[in-house]
Amino acid sequence: MTINEKIESDKIVLEVEGKVDRLTTQQLQDAILLALQKMRQLEIDFGGVNYISSAGLRALLMGQKTAQSKQGRMYLTKVTEPVKEIFNITGFSSFLEIQ
Amino acid sequence: MDRLSVEAKVENLYQITDYVEEELEAIGVPLGHITSVCIAIEEVYVNIASYAYKDETGKVDVEIDTKDSSINIKFFDEGTPYNPLEKMDPDINLPAEKRQQGGLGIYMIKKIMDEVEYEYKDNKNILTMVKGF
Repeated sequence: MTINEKIESDKIVLEVEGKVDRLTTQQLQDAILLALQKMRQLEIDFGGVNYISSAGLRALLMGQKTAQSKQGRMYLTKVTEPVKEIFNITGFSSFLEIQ
Repeated sequence: MDRLSVEAKVENLYQITDYVEEELEAIGVPLGHITSVCIAIEEVYVNIASYAYKDETGKVDVEIDTKDSSINIKFFDEGTPYNPLEKMDPDINLPAEKRQQGGLGIYMIKKIMDEVEYEYKDNKNILTMVKGF
């Protein structure tokens, strides 16, 4: 998995590519939490992700909770069909902001 | 029927998922199915690698069989007897702030696969999962 961070005027964009699994999720979680320390608005571009396990979901949950507690905003863009399916079966689609 | 045996450590995850991916590709299972089956495989494997042997190490065997457009995958370990299917399903309607970490993996296995069965036999935990393709 690779993560590319882009800092824009009003937000940080994390472009994620590859598998978000038990062995890579810590890297995503660290990047999300670091981004939310720098700015209150975070976009996660998930266009390059087709695979997310429960370990990966935990990183997104942690990010969502952190964004909420800081009155910030975390949202996902370009979410692929397989990942949408995982969000649907786990109920994550009900609280994640997906554009 | 094909079988792989690895030491039950989380860092060996890709040995298992790469093996399952290659086997399923070779028999022409559609890519979307391979991805979702691999997610279920990860959930089972990480669970065994994290809990089955406590502080010791042991083996995990995975066996793949296909017939009549159906994938049959079995996991074997000789760790503490444990039926993961008895774990209560998480409440998936809770908002983020009320969600606890954990508990989702087993639930995802049940949702992704068509059938999941557990048995304890000959000192082994055996988890059998079936999915049509």
